[in-house]
Amino acid sequence: MRIRRHPILSFKREKEVNFTFNGKPIKAFEGETIAAALHAEGIKVLSESKRNHRPRGFFCAIGNCASCLMKVDGIPNVKTCITRVRDGMVVISQHGRGDPGDIL
Amino acid sequence: MEGETQVISCDVIVIGAGPAGLMAALRAGEAGAGVLLIDREPFTGGQLVKQTHRFFGSKHQYAGTRGFDIAVRITEKIECLKNVKILLEATALGYYEDGVLTVLHEGRMLKFKGKAIVVATGAHERFLPFENNDLPGVYGAGAVQTLMNVYGVLPAKRILMVGAGNIGLIVSYQLVQAGVEVAAIIEAAPRIGGYLVHASKVRRLGVPIMTGYTIKRALGKECVRGAIICKIDENWNPVEGTEIKIEVDAVCLAVGLSSLCELLWQAEVPMVYIPELGGHVPLRNEDMETPVERIYVAGDAAGIEEATSAMLEGELAGINAVSKLGYSVEDYANKRGKILSDLKNLRSGPVGEKIRAGLARLRTLRNGNL
Ligand SMILES: Cc1cc2nc3c(=O)[nH]c(=O)nc-3n(C[C@H](O)[C@H](O)[C@H](O)COP(=O)(O)OP(=O)(O)OC[C@H]3O[C@@H](n4cnc5c(N)ncnc54)[C@H](O)[C@@H]3O)c2cc1C
Ligand code: FES
Repeated sequence: MRIRRHPILSFKREKEVNFTFNGKPIKAFEGETIAAALHAEGIKVLSESKRNHRPRGFFCAIGNCASCLMKVDGIPNVKTCITRVRDGMVVISQHGRGDPGDIL
Repeated sequence: MEGETQVISCDVIVIGAGPAGLMAALRAGEAGAGVLLIDREPFTGGQLVKQTHRFFGSKHQYAGTRGFDIAVRITEKIECLKNVKILLEATALGYYEDGVLTVLHEGRMLKFKGKAIVVATGAHERFLPFENNDLPGVYGAGAVQTLMNVYGVLPAKRILMVGAGNIGLIVSYQLVQAGVEVAAIIEAAPRIGGYLVHASKVRRLGVPIMTGYTIKRALGKECVRGAIICKIDENWNPVEGTEIKIEVDAVCLAVGLSSLCELLWQAEVPMVYIPELGGHVPLRNEDMETPVERIYVAGDAAGIEEATSAMLEGELAGINAVSKLGYSVEDYANKRGKILSDLKNLRSGPVGEKIRAGLARLRTLRNGNL
């Protein structure tokens, strides 16, 4: 959910950006990161652990912990918490380590 | 990566554009040096950007200004300097023997070489062991702040805050401001760690602060659906029969910060363990230079403190780095003296006790080392 009214802050949400998450169209705003835009839609599971396939969401939001890795425009292991959304971006949940074989 | 990329040289590379890095770049730039300031975020300001409260403290010029306004003001000053380049969404990944720094920017690996380097990478949040601590919905306090204060997205409807230090208290206040219900703030220690003003502020909003409690388990399959908290005894062991189930859709950890110094380890800067400064910190002298010549540190990367000291340390690193490179810093001796005395004042009194103890240990270890 996006904050509509805040006592101190105002959020610039000028230009709409459209991307897809696992094929589903998502509306976001320019300047938002992929992880933030997905969160606004209530999508909290971004990734999964490699061995036990436990769900992973984001933890640090500053690119430190690698718990938000997803496949973006065909490239695996993208830190979605520090990568901004762009029009037409294709974002997919990543399974596995992102080996060359996983990309196909 | 395709092909060899060229190594781009400059006088000073500042890594991290938080308050420390911004001031280092500003001061180095003012002396005429060619400066590259990089940050992995899409914006400058580091932690400051997320601070919506007015800064505490009475001695320094920015008291009463909100964190994000401070960041904008310094950035504007830097943008007036033609010899300083700011590169955002640029992550420093590696520092090599030959002094080359690799930076990931827009999917490309760039190589830079600076005659001097200021590492101002800030801090990372500590984690806490408990069952299901890896569930989506368990966030660091910084992540919660980023989400709600930078992007305007609510992290939860109802949240449990773990840790009643200043960060836990301030972020709880900000959560309520943004419209999130804070179910409780729990704190393992018998006392609240943060300032009383902050604690009173959240209490007035009706948020209970429970000392002597810890989190035992997060509940849920895909995402956090609740949490079990329990009392702990004076040896920090859980007390049986004291479990309480709390319905929340997120858990926020505010259990401390540690310096972020991977690049310093790579550069073989000697590191020492000083709990008062947040854990492993780099050795450095009063002028913020590490034992590895021309590598400087500033801000939380040098030891966990706060924004004003980060800015002062950044200034110090900035003027020292450029004067070592032969640039003349106007009125250097006075400037340096003023910064050092400002730092001393800032660290005086009971609030600075921990920092003073940590820095004293750092000095002892440094003298033994050099
Ligand atoms: C909730 C909260 C409330 C606070 N309130 C106050 C307060 O009221 N008063 C006060 O004085 N202080 C306060 N602080 C503390 C203050 O924000 C920090 O001490 C200060 O921001 C430290 O500055 P810094 O420049 O060292 O690090 P940071 O602000 O953390 O900046 C570091 C920067 O480095 C970048 N970076 C890290 N690694 C890399 C890399 N490899 N490549 C590129 N870039 C990188 C990061 O993206 C970041 O922008 C608060 C902190 C928090 C979390
Ligand atoms: S959430 Fe930690 S790296 Fe993205």
